[in-house]
Amino acid sequence: MGDIPTSPDIIFRCKGSPLAAAIKSAGISFPLPKSGLILVGEQTNILLKHTQLIHLRGKVKMASSSSYNSPCAACKLLRRKCMPGCIFAPYFPPEEPQKFVNVHKIFGASNVTKLLNELLPHQREDAVNSLAFEAEARVRDPVYGCVGAITFLQRQVQKLQKELDAANADLIRFACNDIPTALPQAPGTSSFQPLTPRNRLAEFNRRIGNEGGGFYQVPGALPYSFPWNDASPGDINDGGEGGM
Amino acid sequence: MNPGRCAACRHLRRKCPPDCIFIPHFPPNVPQLFVSVHRIYGASNVAKLLQQLPLHLRADAAESLCLEAQYRIEDPVYGCVGLISLLQQQILDAEKQLAKTRAEIAFLKSQAAQHPQAAALRGNLSDNAADLSFSDHHQSFCG
Repeated sequence: MGDIPTSPDIIFRCKGSPLAAAIKSAGISFPLPKSGLILVGEQTNILLKHTQLIHLRGKVKMASSSSYNSPCAACKLLRRKCMPGCIFAPYFPPEEPQKFVNVHKIFGASNVTKLLNELLPHQREDAVNSLAFEAEARVRDPVYGCVGAITFLQRQVQKLQKELDAANADLIRFACNDIPTALPQAPGTSSFQPLTPRNRLAEFNRRIGNEGGGFYQVPGALPYSFPWNDASPGDINDGGEGGM
Repeated sequence: MNPGRCAACRHLRRKCPPDCIFIPHFPPNVPQLFVSVHRIYGASNVAKLLQQLPLHLRADAAESLCLEAQYRIEDPVYGCVGLISLLQQQILDAEKQLAKTRAEIAFLKSQAAQHPQAAALRGNLSDNAADLSFSDHHQSFCG
């Protein structure tokens, strides 16, 4: 049986690797990276919280108003009767009211209904969790939301790319026993290719980077600082297994 | 028809007042921006979000909302969270690669420190011929 992660780790699986499949395999083994990582602080805890709840539930449990005689969080908030086929009931249990509060505030119940209706049933849980994540990120950072995280991560990727290029150049130098320093360093010698940002995102990142922005905290709303830029370089050196 | 309407009011088929909150961020020449934002968030939610922000932050907020909406339309299941996950995985992979490379460098340094004469000889040999075995090793190492 895999261990439930206790440190802020990457939880969400990559695109194309449904979270539902990850959950099913989580019961057997879920090799999560142990390194303290990129999304530090609250954002990672949000990811962790969502997935821990999924892990703690074991297999995906479908909360149903008919089984528990209790309306789902959505119908409670919307003050309506929670019917047996309520589309929200499996994903917004009454024990997690804040999840739907955030989603409703940012997206609206009818938009979420439309989004879920366009998806296959096995995709809906992952969709709801990603919507909840985006909604919470937007509540905490009304200006940049998740885009702040993306910007931060892309900078990390670029920084690591440079370090990797420098390390590979050093490796070549040592292996050949000190090539004269007049030789140019081979650029891009690593096989690691960073994700190419869309032009629009790249332009947006340049703009907010130049102006020194990156996140906006609702004044007085939270007792902690938004941690996008606070990752310690020391975290990078923690080793660990990654991926599935 | 008012040619000065913003993309939002055009899409919503309503009059565009002079103080319309959408005017600065959804110009009429780029209608797709508002279409995607309206589809994911809804006009009233976007208006509420922008209204609670100071004026100088609204442009960035509108742009980030557009980006997130476009990501969600392209990937209805994961939206931009899929991209975050991908980036995190790339960072993990890069960290591993970096650690491996640094370990190799440390190993070579220690070898050079223990056997300086052998290292010097290797250097002389590499002056005369390409070190094909290293190139192969490096290619396979880099992968």
